[in-house]
Amino acid sequence: MVLFNKKTMDDVVDNLSNPDLVKGSSLWQDAFLRFRKNKAAVSATVILALMIILSFVGQWFAPWDYETIDWDLMGAGKDGGQPSLSNGHYFGVDNLGRDLFTRTLQGTQVSLLVGLLGTAVATFAGLFYGAIAGFVGGRVDNIMMRFVDILMSIPYMFIIIIVMVVFGRSVNLLFMAIGLFAWMDMARIVRGQTLAIKNKEYIEAARAAGVSGMRLITRHVIPNLLGVVVIYTSLLIPSLILTESFISFLGLGVQEPLTSWGALINEGAGQMQYGTPWMLAFPLSFFVVGLFCFLFIGDGLRDALDPKD
Amino acid sequence: MLLFIVKRLLSSIPTLLLLIIVSFVLMHLAPGGPFTSEKDLPAAVLANINAKYGLDQPWHIQLWNYISSIIFHFDFGPSFKYKDISVNQIIAQGFPITMTYGLLSFIVATVVGVSLGISAAVKHNTWLDYLAVGISIGAQVLPNFIMAPILIIIFTLWLELLPGGGWNGGQWQYIIMPVIALSTSYMASIARLTRGSMLEVLNSNFIRTAKAKGLPMRTIILRHALKPALLPVLSYLGPAFVGMISGSVVIDIYFGTGGMGQFFVEAALSRDYSLLMGITILFGVLTILFSTIVDILYAWLDPKIKL
Repeated sequence: MVLFNKKTMDDVVDNLSNPDLVKGSSLWQDAFLRFRKNKAAVSATVILALMIILSFVGQWFAPWDYETIDWDLMGAGKDGGQPSLSNGHYFGVDNLGRDLFTRTLQGTQVSLLVGLLGTAVATFAGLFYGAIAGFVGGRVDNIMMRFVDILMSIPYMFIIIIVMVVFGRSVNLLFMAIGLFAWMDMARIVRGQTLAIKNKEYIEAARAAGVSGMRLITRHVIPNLLGVVVIYTSLLIPSLILTESFISFLGLGVQEPLTSWGALINEGAGQMQYGTPWMLAFPLSFFVVGLFCFLFIGDGLRDALDPKD
Repeated sequence: MLLFIVKRLLSSIPTLLLLIIVSFVLMHLAPGGPFTSEKDLPAAVLANINAKYGLDQPWHIQLWNYISSIIFHFDFGPSFKYKDISVNQIIAQGFPITMTYGLLSFIVATVVGVSLGISAAVKHNTWLDYLAVGISIGAQVLPNFIMAPILIIIFTLWLELLPGGGWNGGQWQYIIMPVIALSTSYMASIARLTRGSMLEVLNSNFIRTAKAKGLPMRTIILRHALKPALLPVLSYLGPAFVGMISGSVVIDIYFGTGGMGQFFVEAALSRDYSLLMGITILFGVLTILFSTIVDILYAWLDPKIKL
C-alpha cells in the first residue's frame, strides 16, 4: 500500500469536503456523455428534431393546406402536378390535387404522434405489469406471465384491424389499439430485470426502513430499471410507426382528410404507373429517414446506457 | 419428450379459446349488425335474415354454436356478404395460395438470412461483413409494403421483366416478387441476429479449444458453433412467422395474388364478420401451431432445457 504524504492527504480531504469539486457523475450524466460522442446517434437526433419542427412550422410557409383541393390540378398527374416552386406545390400535388408538401408534413405529425403515444401506452402498461409480476413472484408471476404468453401468440395485427373496423377509425383508437398490443415484450423485459433487482441490498434496506407494497415498486424498483426501459422504448417507437403505416397502407388506419406516412405511401404507390413518381418519393423518403433516425437513436441509447453490451 | 410435446400442445388450447372469444366479443360490440345498410330493410325481413344466420339467439348460445361447429364440423359458417359462399369455400380458395408464397418466403428468409449472418461473422470486419451489415440495416426500413411498390417500379415498369401482379396458377414469374417483398425485412433481421450470436459463440472458449485441436474452420462452424449460434435465431422465427402472416395481407392486396389477405381486407371494409373471424382464427391456429413447433425444436436443441 502506498502511503500518501501529508500534503496530498490534506488536499484529498479538502477536495472531498468541498461540494463544488466532487460533483459525482450519475449514470444518466455518464450515459449522456457517451451518447454525445456517438456521431450517428447525435446526427439522427438533430435530423429528427428538424423533421418534427418542419412538420409543425412548414405549413406556414406553404400557400396551400393539407385538405384544400387545387381544382386546376385535380387529376393532373404528370401534366402539371409535379413539384414546382412557382405554383406553391413544393412536393407537387396528389391525385386529387391536394398539396403534397403539407400533406406529407401532416402525415409526419400523425405517424410520429401515433408512434409516440402508442409507445407511451405500451411502456406504461408493460412497466407496471412486468414490475408487479416480477416483484410479487410465485404463483401470481406464473399466472401473469402465462397470460402474456397467450397474448403474444395471437396474431395481433388482425385483432387491431378488427378493432378498427368495429369501433370506427380514428387516430385515438389507433394508438390505443397499437399500444395495447405492444406492451407484452416490455412486460417480459421489465419482469426479468425486476427479478434481478428485487434481491439487491438497497431493496432490503428499503424494506428494513419500512417501505412496502406499491411504494417500494414505484420508488425503488422502477427507477432502477429505467435504463433498460428507455432502450427498449426507443426501439419500440419505430416498430409502432411501422405498424401504424402498415394499417394505414391497407386503408384501415387514419381517415381522410387526415393522413399518415403509410396512407401517403399507399396513395403514391397506387398512382405510380401513371408517371407520377413524386407522389411516392416524398412520403417514402420522410418515412425512411424518420425510421433510420429512430433506429440510430435507439442504438446510441443502448450503447450509452448499457456499456457492457 | 413426448410428454413435453403433449403438454405444450394442450397449453395452446386456452390461447385459441381466448382468440375466438376476443374476436367474437369484439364483433358483437360493433354498433349495428352485419345487415344494417344504407337502405333500411323492413323489420320483418331483417328478423328473418337474423334468424337464418342464428343472430336472434342470445350471444352466449351463438358463441357456443360457433365454437362447436368449428370443432366438430370444421365449419366457419356462411359468409355474410358473399351470397351462397361459405367461409370454408373462401378459405379453400385463398389459403393454398397464401401458404405457397408464405412458406417460400419463410424458407428464403431463413436460409439466406442465416447464411448471410454466418458468412458475415466468419469473415468479421471484411467487405462481406460490411455488406451484410449494410444490407441488414437498410432492410430494416424496407418492410413489405415499401418493398412491394419499389419492386414493381423496378421490375415491371422499368425493366419490364416480371408481371406486376396476379397468380396464374403459381408460375414462377408471379411468385418471385411476392416472395422477395415478404422476406426481405425478415431476412435482414435473421442475418443480424445470426451474425451477432455467431460472433459471440466464435469468441467462446470451446471454439478456441476446437481451433487448438487443429480442426478445420469448416468443421468448427458446422459441428460446434452452428447449434448454439442458432438458438436465438430460432426464438425469433416465431415472431417472424406472425409478421409474415400479417404481411401476406399487403402482398395479396398489392400483387393481387388472390390469397387470404385480399379477402380479409375486403371483409374488414364491408364488415363481413363471419369471414373476418374465420380468417383471424385460421391464422391464429397457424401461429399457435408454429410457435408450439418452435418451442419443441428449441427444447430439443438447447441442452440447458431438461425435458
